[in-house]
Amino acid sequence: MQALSTRAKVLEKKPMTLAERAYLPAIFQGLSITMRHFFMKKATIRYPEETRPFSPVFRGLHVLKRDEQGRERCTACGLCAVACPAEAITMVAGERKKGEQNLYREEKYAISYEINMLRCIFCGLCEEACPKAAIYLQADKIAPPRYERDEFIYGKDRLVEAVAPETRSKRGIQLTPEQAAKLKTQLA
Amino acid sequence: MAKITYDGIEIEVPDGTTIMNAARQLDGKLAPPAMCYYTPLKGSGGKCRACLVRVAAGSAKDPRPMPKLVASCITPVQDGMVVENNSSPQVLEVRKGIVEMLLINHPLDCPVCDQAGECSLQDFAFEHGLSTTRYEEERRTFDKVDIGPLIQLHMTRCILCYRCVYTADQLTDGRVHGVLGRGDASEIGTYIENIIDNDFSGNVIDVCPVGALTDKTWRFKQRVWFTKPVNAHRDCETDQCAGRVTLWYKGPEVLRVTGRKDENGEVKEWICNTCRFDKKETTDWTIEGPAPVDRSSVVSANHYELPVLNQQVIADMPASTVRELAQNPPLKLGGLNG
Repeated sequence: MQALSTRAKVLEKKPMTLAERAYLPAIFQGLSITMRHFFMKKATIRYPEETRPFSPVFRGLHVLKRDEQGRERCTACGLCAVACPAEAITMVAGERKKGEQNLYREEKYAISYEINMLRCIFCGLCEEACPKAAIYLQADKIAPPRYERDEFIYGKDRLVEAVAPETRSKRGIQLTPEQAAKLKTQLA
Repeated sequence: MAKITYDGIEIEVPDGTTIMNAARQLDGKLAPPAMCYYTPLKGSGGKCRACLVRVAAGSAKDPRPMPKLVASCITPVQDGMVVENNSSPQVLEVRKGIVEMLLINHPLDCPVCDQAGECSLQDFAFEHGLSTTRYEEERRTFDKVDIGPLIQLHMTRCILCYRCVYTADQLTDGRVHGVLGRGDASEIGTYIENIIDNDFSGNVIDVCPVGALTDKTWRFKQRVWFTKPVNAHRDCETDQCAGRVTLWYKGPEVLRVTGRKDENGEVKEWICNTCRFDKKETTDWTIEGPAPVDRSSVVSANHYELPVLNQQVIADMPASTVRELAQNPPLKLGGLNG
């Protein structure tokens, strides 16, 4: 048959040489490649014992920040919820009562604040929309896997950061050393 | 009849019409912003200076430009008048100053304020103002005054437009609140803390351009943009009450009842306090359909159930679809049919 193009290669089927017929050299050649990979640097890590370093701009689990006096910054203005493309945020606002001035920064606060982590796409638009610097996506935490769906609806109990200065999230407005010291004496 | 040129567009209006109303006849979106002027209220206007425009030619007889910018809401038109609104850089520059002046004592607590999302001052500042402030001094503060169980007064937010004072004067027989003090110390108050308990007192909430007077029964319940406005009416026993309102729904609940606002954001028909504060069940009302919401308004954010089809984009839309869209109020035609 005539070739259609000049690119076709005509293979000649020659009889095998002695080295090829011996079989073992090819086996050892293959095994040596396997053995070499044994001592090479591994592409995988032993998760969850080991974890990979996060990028500094990673957007992980949300945190609701407190201010320098330990009051909640969130005022339930709803801008995060309206900015959210996945509609993952819901909240109920309430009026601060007398005597709660050390708990909430503004006259209005969020009685409940829920983020559905299954809906959330971690885009960070809530963080950008927040006028009170209250919500941040942490760079070092991810939403852990869970068995039940309702466990992914994070309420204020899991979102609001602790008051103690040393347990605060590293994202958002940070306490100055003086503020941290003052807050520590307040707590003690 | 007087023929005027407004931003390059010619329009003929009856003598005595103000520049503002002439512009509103053209298109509400082209009209100058208004913070204190309110069509149904006699004597309103001329206080906030938000609507300043340049008159490039006074009239056909005397075509000299007016020496200073004029408030369009109280200046009547004259034949041959040439008015510049957004086409004049001077007007836009002055508006920035007006925003700055109005915001000098404004607390900027929009995240807390119930008016946020439907606030005239917010819209005005967003369109015409700067995003920075030069003001470093302390803003004025007031002692909290309780003016009754239905209306919440936040004096710090007030811009002293006097709309509520006119409303109380013209709508009710006994006004119990007014502006007290002068200059920087002036404030809206009820003097000896009289409670506003007139049957039409709730209308001051609707006329307030900012969040100074808000509905106490709606306080902090929901943000405006999470609620859905629906037009409704009922037969009200009160004589003067129109009974035509806007209900603000969140799910099945009516959270708030307000007067129905027209395209200029003004309530033309007043409603009584019974309609406003007591009738918060769907069964009290005859529903007419979703209230029209401007596409640019935050109230329409995330409301996917109200599609606005742009006819200009869909070039060959069948005539039957156009008819169907026009007949179904929730499906609104944008673009050509407005």
